[in-house]
Amino acid sequence: MAQSETSLSARLPSALKDAAIAAFISLALFAFIVGIRTVDDPGKLLLEPRPWLLAGFVGAVFFGRLFLNLFFWSGAHTSEALTSALAPVGQIFERISPWLTPALVVFAITLPFLPFTDRYILDVAIMVMTYIMLGWGLNVVVGLAGLLDLGYVAFYAVGAYSYALVATHFGLSFWVALPLAGLLAALWGIILGFPVLRLRGDYLAIVTLAFGEIIRIVLINWYSLTNGPDGISRIPRPTFFGLELTRRGEPSFHEFFGIPYSPLNRIIFLFYIILVLALITNFVTNRLRRLPLGRAWEALREDEIACRSLGINTRNTKLSAFAIGAMFGGFAGSFFATRQGFISPESFTFIESAIILAIVVLGGMGSQIGVVVASIVMIGGFELFRELEHYRMLMFGLAMVLIMIWRPRGLITSREPSVFLKEKKAVSGELVQEGKG
Amino acid sequence: MTAPWEKDPILRVRHLTMRFGGLVAIDNLSFDVGRNDITALIGPNGAGKTTVFNCLTGFYKPTEGMIRMTHADGNEFLLERLDDHVIARQARVARTFQNIRLFGGMTVLENLMVAQHNPLVHASRFAIAGLFGLAGFKRAEREAVERSKHWLEKIDLVDRADDPAADLPYGAQRRLEIARAMCMQPVILCLDEPAAGLNPRESDQLNTLLLDIRKEEQIAILLIEHDMSVVMEISDHIAVLDYGIKISDGTPDFVRSDPHVIAAYLGVEDEEVA
Repeated sequence: MAQSETSLSARLPSALKDAAIAAFISLALFAFIVGIRTVDDPGKLLLEPRPWLLAGFVGAVFFGRLFLNLFFWSGAHTSEALTSALAPVGQIFERISPWLTPALVVFAITLPFLPFTDRYILDVAIMVMTYIMLGWGLNVVVGLAGLLDLGYVAFYAVGAYSYALVATHFGLSFWVALPLAGLLAALWGIILGFPVLRLRGDYLAIVTLAFGEIIRIVLINWYSLTNGPDGISRIPRPTFFGLELTRRGEPSFHEFFGIPYSPLNRIIFLFYIILVLALITNFVTNRLRRLPLGRAWEALREDEIACRSLGINTRNTKLSAFAIGAMFGGFAGSFFATRQGFISPESFTFIESAIILAIVVLGGMGSQIGVVVASIVMIGGFELFRELEHYRMLMFGLAMVLIMIWRPRGLITSREPSVFLKEKKAVSGELVQEGKG
Repeated sequence: MTAPWEKDPILRVRHLTMRFGGLVAIDNLSFDVGRNDITALIGPNGAGKTTVFNCLTGFYKPTEGMIRMTHADGNEFLLERLDDHVIARQARVARTFQNIRLFGGMTVLENLMVAQHNPLVHASRFAIAGLFGLAGFKRAEREAVERSKHWLEKIDLVDRADDPAADLPYGAQRRLEIARAMCMQPVILCLDEPAAGLNPRESDQLNTLLLDIRKEEQIAILLIEHDMSVVMEISDHIAVLDYGIKISDGTPDFVRSDPHVIAAYLGVEDEEVA
């Protein structure tokens, strides 16, 4: 007992110092958030200072931190404890991941006909599938080629606007405009790729971020083409081999098949479109990984100089990754446009790029199934906590921090080799490089 | 009397100079590499050996000078004018690195497959035929796997073909880097300190491997080396660099007894040499 008291008094100075630092940081943060309140007085805005409330907050941080320092934290790192506590969960996850893929595909195909499925669940599912597709598209650039792209939403926007403009001005159907939108987005991927190829790492990230913003600002300001902030409305819906999924379509889907009209038909149809698009994305990406092109992407992520010494044209290889990633973004964008029926630049802000990148990083860079799980967790979780309103952003941040402590390389860390001689052994994520741009 | 390597050299380096700002890394260097010789480039630390390699393989553009490569079929390449990947692809110059540059997160076999990128990309018709799994591509891929297997047998790593390259012990990584370079089917193989960090037994195996490559593949090998047992035992021709200047050039026996070389290596005062 005496021993613990001496150690307590010995720890007091450092604990006080730590608590004081925490209190100072909280003062700086809370001074504006809590310390000042804006009051809407008729005609003007008044600032009402709340010093006592601020003092209460800072005091709580100071004494709380002091208390924790003295009685709970004995120097061991909490993050390490968390990592070891959660390790078994990760192992289970790695073990079930091979079974996860077929199970999820079957679930997705049968989802519209499951008893609990309603309009709301289908809408969320469509959104999750859209993000899965975007995540898979970005995975080509970030996960495989190791090029950090913070402006992926630009290609999403190019795809959406391509379809919207082509459909409203020239009356092309969704199925004709879809490949066109993908090609245009790929073209923009190459246009972005050329100037940024010499940049690496942080510099590349900043330029791609700027590119995303440039596209959005052009969309806002080029009023004559894009209708600016008012957006484009009355974007045509997709048709099922020419059959419209509306009540009074000419010819209409429900009359042709002799089934009663239901507004759900159209939602189910949209769900299957995005499911097929996403599965195509997955199939093509998986195929490319096993081809020399995909292998060169991964080699580029591992060591660019070695690639050059082996005769790989790194410029073209990077451009191809940008173009293919952008193409999938463009497909997803035109789907987004046809689903919403209305698009405006507001849908293509930086937060979209950040969410897509977070899905890729959270899922484990380069892992296809990881992207699926991360999309379900993130987009589904977002919907689940909708009642929390703006606090859900806070929860989202907290969850990201926890997961990054627990699994710094994402949910699925192992890499599957693209070719094997005798048996396929997964490569541990520890050995895989993340790429330097 | 002309030396044997000057008769029909695969590589003629003439007046090669490389400056980095005020620093002259290579100063007016000229030497020849014989068509089927093992040529060694030796010299104390900082002599500019790796800079010569970087100029040969296009990683640096030399400030002055000419590097002319002549293939057996008469095709000529001026390496100082070509990009690094063009040098590797068309002039068929393969190289390894002083600090090993394998694709650590990829398997041993994948490393060798990446080295065969160009023929495979061509066979896959820039990924389009590959995407649909056409027969031509499958055949090319089978051949590439066979070639990889052949080289894995040579370096004694068949059993570890499906393990990640970063998991291999150091000596095996060195051998794998050589095998990867050989999978490019080069006409000249440039090795940057292949024996660095190897134990005597591994170093011995390396000698056997290099002599075997020269005999079986009929290619030229250019190597930078500190390990004198490797250099003296297997080289046909040695060029010695010191502070970017060639101080000696000849057969191993000639170089071994050259007072300039002894001075450069043992740090003898200048007046004693003169």
